[in-house]
Amino acid sequence: MRHEVRFSGFGGQGIILAAVILGRGAVMYDGKYAVQTQVYGPEARGGASMSAVIIDDDPILYPKVTAPDIYVIMSQEGFEKYGVTAAPGAVMLIDSDLVHSRPGCRYIEVPATREAKDVLKREIVANIIMLGALVEATGVVTQGAIEKAVLDSVPKGTEALNTKALQHGGGLVRGRDKG
Amino acid sequence: MAVKLPKAGGTFIQMEDEIAGIAAVIGASWTGMRAMTATSGPGFSLMMENIGFAIMTETPCVIVNIQRGGPSTGQPTMAAQGDMLQCRFGSHGDYSIIALSPASVQEMYDLTAKAFDLADRFRVPVFLMADEIIGHMRERIEIPDAVPHGERRAADRGVLPFAAGPDDIPGFTTFGKGYRVHVTGLTHDERGYPATTSPKIHEDLVMRLVRKVEDRRHEIADYEVVNPDAEVIFVTYGAPARSVSQVLHDDADPRIGHLRLRLVWPFPDSAIRSFPDAKVFLVPELNLGQIAREIERHTTVEVRSLPKIGGDLHTPRELAEASGRCIAP
Repeated sequence: MRHEVRFSGFGGQGIILAAVILGRGAVMYDGKYAVQTQVYGPEARGGASMSAVIIDDDPILYPKVTAPDIYVIMSQEGFEKYGVTAAPGAVMLIDSDLVHSRPGCRYIEVPATREAKDVLKREIVANIIMLGALVEATGVVTQGAIEKAVLDSVPKGTEALNTKALQHGGGLVRGRDKG
Repeated sequence: MAVKLPKAGGTFIQMEDEIAGIAAVIGASWTGMRAMTATSGPGFSLMMENIGFAIMTETPCVIVNIQRGGPSTGQPTMAAQGDMLQCRFGSHGDYSIIALSPASVQEMYDLTAKAFDLADRFRVPVFLMADEIIGHMRERIEIPDAVPHGERRAADRGVLPFAAGPDDIPGFTTFGKGYRVHVTGLTHDERGYPATTSPKIHEDLVMRLVRKVEDRRHEIADYEVVNPDAEVIFVTYGAPARSVSQVLHDDADPRIGHLRLRLVWPFPDSAIRSFPDAKVFLVPELNLGQIAREIERHTTVEVRSLPKIGGDLHTPRELAEASGRCIAP
């Protein structure tokens, strides 16, 4: 089963890292194939940022996403650039405080940035909250895989914070009507 | 590399610019070490003069170029393959080099190891010509316990430092191992001393620099042939190879073939002859037809360039349509 996941937002939100962690989980802990690519500006922060992950049981030939079935949108600009064209069968996770548009496809509102700030006291973990919500809502990788991939990827000393953020993200969508 | 190389017993140096970067690589190589640098776009242009110096002094080195949109600073984060002729011809004068083109993360690894072996064997700069897609891509890779590791042939005692053996390649005189060798970018004799006004010495030297690579182009050729009986043949290197593989995977039409080059320079012209029934070669490249032009030099069969610039990769659909147009209904 092939899944195409597109993340978009702005530089500094960890849009690329979120995709890397998801792909790492799929390859290293679920035994699947994954390819992660990205588009970003030369700026380190603030510019538009997009990354994509393809996850498949078989080797991946063409490495670019063509028809994403899963979206994570963390800025209005990202929505307008990538989210607007989502196919009706796709599912979209939206940072509901940063994106005011809503797509035609199924969507789930996740106030990841606000929750990161208010509950975890660190805005920087918004991307990890989104990953927790994504895995809970779609099962695109297993829980165990995403947990280990997050721990592999975050700086030393932040493991507890990031694990908490991941679990918090899952909790935000658990049992919710998924759009 | 700054983080990982020292832990593996290597040394990392941050230089002030790309000119100094390649200069430091050349110096490191003369101490007998394997040395490389990596760049993109204008950094590669800056390296051109010293790349010529490495060629003239027969210094083994590896240069990674993750190609992006140019000219100038162009598109710093977008994919291109616009430097394929620059790596071959960008420094002044006549010469030959070796260039490899990976199409996956696995090949970034495998071909980097191969590049060092070829550099050591031929005493020539070897280029790893990737593009932004392959260079930034993350995907599954299997790292072997060991990679083949050839040795740089040491100079025999009593033989002049630039006197070549029957393979046209001189043995290496490592700095600090008892040799006092003059290394110059000027045309030099077998002692390494400048000899800039003798037409014969210059011709002999440059012809040897070209011959040592070009005469072994069939032996070092590295390519993959799919459907050798096909009539419509895609020729690719780097990222567009992935799009063509998808086309052939989605529609296993035996009339469509694929020649995928892992080594682009010296151009493996014999690879073109792997397809005796070829009616057309289709060449998707992330440039305006740089290697398509080279293929034209080696065949009477029609060559159709499928150029694409701006950063996007050819989609499988675009390529399926292009090959569909060539196939009689």
